[in-house]
Amino acid sequence: MAKFARKGKGGTPAISTASLPDIVFMLLFFFMTVTTMKEVDLKVIIKKPHATEVKKLQNKSLVKYINIGVPIAKYQSKFGKEPIIQLNDAFANVSDIGPWVDAVRGDMDAENRSKMTTALRIDKNARMGIVTDVKQELRKAKALKITYIADKISKKDFFLK
Amino acid sequence: MARRPLQEINAGSMADIAFLLLIFFLVTTTMSTNTGMQRKLPPPPDPKIKNDEAKVKERNVMVVLINKDNNIAIKGKPIQLKDICAKTKLFFTNPNNDKNLPEKKIKDIPFFGKYPVSKGIISLQTDRATNYGKYLKVNNELVRAIDELRDTKAMQKFGMKFDELGKVNKDEQKAVSQIYPLNISEAEPRRITAGAGK
Repeated sequence: MAKFARKGKGGTPAISTASLPDIVFMLLFFFMTVTTMKEVDLKVIIKKPHATEVKKLQNKSLVKYINIGVPIAKYQSKFGKEPIIQLNDAFANVSDIGPWVDAVRGDMDAENRSKMTTALRIDKNARMGIVTDVKQELRKAKALKITYIADKISKKDFFLK
Repeated sequence: MARRPLQEINAGSMADIAFLLLIFFLVTTTMSTNTGMQRKLPPPPDPKIKNDEAKVKERNVMVVLINKDNNIAIKGKPIQLKDICAKTKLFFTNPNNDKNLPEKKIKDIPFFGKYPVSKGIISLQTDRATNYGKYLKVNNELVRAIDELRDTKAMQKFGMKFDELGKVNKDEQKAVSQIYPLNISEAEPRRITAGAGK
């Protein structure tokens, strides 16, 4: 028994690490709930425009993105330097939007189909030509709820930019 | 063989596993939530009905033009971005019943009773070469004008802002939005050749 004699009695006892897993799990669950996986890898460069009258997107599962911007450097030799459309993971033409809307709607539950929102994530230096073309296609496809993605900015900064 | 009692699993590595997962989620997390300006597109044009826009009286339409050089004009007069909001508010309220500003139509609106609602419509037109950022800015100003009108109205009647009202009473909010509807029409695209500021 004498073998187990305490060393340095009266010193501070070591902090128990038994609750460490609990703390880590707590953090883990927090991050698991707030995480949203990046939906797609953007192949176009998008500098978001700024606006003051923006709202947070509700119901992420009902929001589908159409990206418009200049292709990133490695695609520029093939697709040029003009803004083009990216649907899901691939570049697309304006005429692909109709079938895309149908396909996206097909994947949704019947009761949610009418609630689909198309989010237009468009580079602020794009031209209206391509934007109106996309909007016309969406009208034809009866995907009428749209939202222009923009970052919130204070009113003061809005006029300076 | 003699059965040995089940050995207890060592939980010491639990923390390591949890850390591993934690780091994975930390890396993949994107905290930023997307924000956007919501809008409803008009239904596809019906070939049977044509030129329904022509029926609207001139005084009821405010044409906002953005030309290819990103200059803005309202009803043919050049205007600065910062002045759009006030101009739009004046257009919708028409406080002195000006002959050049929109007519009002008495409508029955819940909570407000008979209320003169403006018949005004904003028609936002752009050139194909207009910059999208500029377009969104102008759009933002138009929406802001209506939002501010709604806020004032909601404040007067219910003592809170329009957005807050929506959390408390959806019907009251709807009534306010009927008084100031978001009448922005984005007409069929057309090519604006001449400078808009002329």
